[in-house]
Amino acid sequence: MGLENLFFGFQIAITPFNLFMAVVGITLGTIIGVLPGLGGANGVAILLPLTFTMPPTSAIILLTSLYWGALFGGAITSVLFNIPGEPWSVATTFDGYPLARQGQGGQALTAAFTSSFVGAFFSIVLITFFAPLLAEIALKFGPPEFFAIQLLTFSSFVGLGGGNPLKSLVSILIGFILAAAGLDIVTGQLRMTFGFTELMKGFDFIVAVIGLFGIGEILLTVEEGLSFRGANARMNLRVVLDTWKVLPRYWRTFVRGSFIGFWMGFKPGGATPASFMSYAFAKRFSKHADRFGKGELEGVVAPETAAHAAGVAAMLPMLTLGIPGSPTAAVMLGGLIIWGLQPGPLLFKEKPDFVWGLIASMYTGNIIGVLMVLAFVPFFAAILRVPFAILTPLIIVLCAIGSYAVHNSMIDIWYMLIFGVVGYVFKKLDYPLAPLVLALVLGDLAENALRQSLIMSQGTMTIFLTRPISGAITAVAIFFFLLPLITPWWRRWRGLPAPAPAPRET
Amino acid sequence: MRVADLVTAVVLMALGGLALGDSLRLGIGWGTDGPQSGFFPFWLAVIMNAACVVIFVQVLRRPATKPFVSRRQIGPVLAVLWPATAAVALMHVVGLYVAAALYMGFYMRWVGHNRWRAVIPLAIGVPVVAFLVFEMWFLVPMPKGPLEAWLGY
Repeated sequence: MGLENLFFGFQIAITPFNLFMAVVGITLGTIIGVLPGLGGANGVAILLPLTFTMPPTSAIILLTSLYWGALFGGAITSVLFNIPGEPWSVATTFDGYPLARQGQGGQALTAAFTSSFVGAFFSIVLITFFAPLLAEIALKFGPPEFFAIQLLTFSSFVGLGGGNPLKSLVSILIGFILAAAGLDIVTGQLRMTFGFTELMKGFDFIVAVIGLFGIGEILLTVEEGLSFRGANARMNLRVVLDTWKVLPRYWRTFVRGSFIGFWMGFKPGGATPASFMSYAFAKRFSKHADRFGKGELEGVVAPETAAHAAGVAAMLPMLTLGIPGSPTAAVMLGGLIIWGLQPGPLLFKEKPDFVWGLIASMYTGNIIGVLMVLAFVPFFAAILRVPFAILTPLIIVLCAIGSYAVHNSMIDIWYMLIFGVVGYVFKKLDYPLAPLVLALVLGDLAENALRQSLIMSQGTMTIFLTRPISGAITAVAIFFFLLPLITPWWRRWRGLPAPAPAPRET
Repeated sequence: MRVADLVTAVVLMALGGLALGDSLRLGIGWGTDGPQSGFFPFWLAVIMNAACVVIFVQVLRRPATKPFVSRRQIGPVLAVLWPATAAVALMHVVGLYVAAALYMGFYMRWVGHNRWRAVIPLAIGVPVVAFLVFEMWFLVPMPKGPLEAWLGY
């Protein structure tokens, strides 16, 4: 029955208008991925207002295609300019940039795009078969189960996110507190407005995304006084075909990277650790481990496969549970609500055309995407040669337009600037931004789930542990929360050395 | 870095304190129909303040490292921030498009030292294109000022 639905989805995804949306999305997304200061999340956020009047399925196809494009674009800057546009592209620079310096940029880019495609494709196939099952199970979930899943979502930032776990925790709580500000819809009371009417409507997470990721990233970029000195890539059909002849040799790396990516990716904050883990595994199992870091094609394949498998897998919880796995998925979830859809497991029952159109568009989008980036790399790379003094004000103006359009309110542009400064300071001090955004998105949902659970249990917290499914999920969540405390103790007991500090997901 | 870390922790604790105070005002216990409004924010703020205290102590016990931002770095950051702030203030008066044109022109000419030849077409062209895309095609209204009123929008 899965295939039947998929076929139905393809009929929606390959209408001329939706294919056109995919092409537009991928073009814009790749440009956004190449530009410093604009990534998938704020790119989607800025474009969101343009989709208000579209049919939801075309709108989500535009936004997801933008996301695929941004993922591909990140690889271009990593390989040619040694600038990872996103944290999960960091591992791609290790071997991609040396290859480009040796005049093999074309090979490195072909390998990167192909690996991205393979990783993404693997995850899409798994989503096609697992998403309906997961949605079916999730239909039986009550408020305690949903609250337990929220706990699990945030616990994985604390336990697996890297960096200082306390700072991850603080970021999450700031997000929740900001979400609580404004009108409490359950009791009708005003919370934390301190008499200011402007605070009544609370803080919109789309504005927070644009400020934290867009403006904050721009400030960080100008601070570094970045000058782009890129390597050139000769890309033609011959280079692509020659590279494709070599790539099957790395099938083990592809398979390993895909599995690592999917497994890490459907949990939040998984893409970056997945790319590093895949790189480390490839190096360990390679016959020429010494060549890694100096320009080994396999060192490009491994992180790119995993990062993209993870990037796609992040859509799974968003679709089936209504709980986004990444800031980009969070913005799309916000879009769903604006278009009048109710995210969550019911979506599969009530809007099959939307869900299956989206899933089918993941296939078409990625196929169009890989062909487009392979064909137009020089064009996309040329964008980085535009002087930064022109890009900076342009990006800030776009951010302002995107922030204003959410609610037609000037105060949101001021919030955007404030969030920008906060993002800049937090990034420098190692407070992660992604959990803050997710908490801001999920705040009301989490609070309602908690309230309803407590009403069910007459106010005792044990309800989360006594129901079998929520009990199991809560136990895992508690384990993740405690992981930063357990790990050093475990290492001392086993006599293991202290680990190298893990890189932080945005 | 250390001072900035400590200041951030203190600022967050102050914000947590505000949330705490307001939650207590709303009531943190059990109301007639479930938890009161202040229940959830209260516990969030309690945990956040506790975490900030631990972070504060952690930072204090660590030796000072490199400064948060050097004099050379802060220059370009402020050069982005203050014209942007001025432009947002200006939007209240002249609308988004005119403010964007002035801001882009200013930044490209005085910060980027670009030639007038490049500055003028871009500073005028980008807002015009944005106007066409947002106001005309996608019907997303932006703040407008006297110029747009004079043109009949």
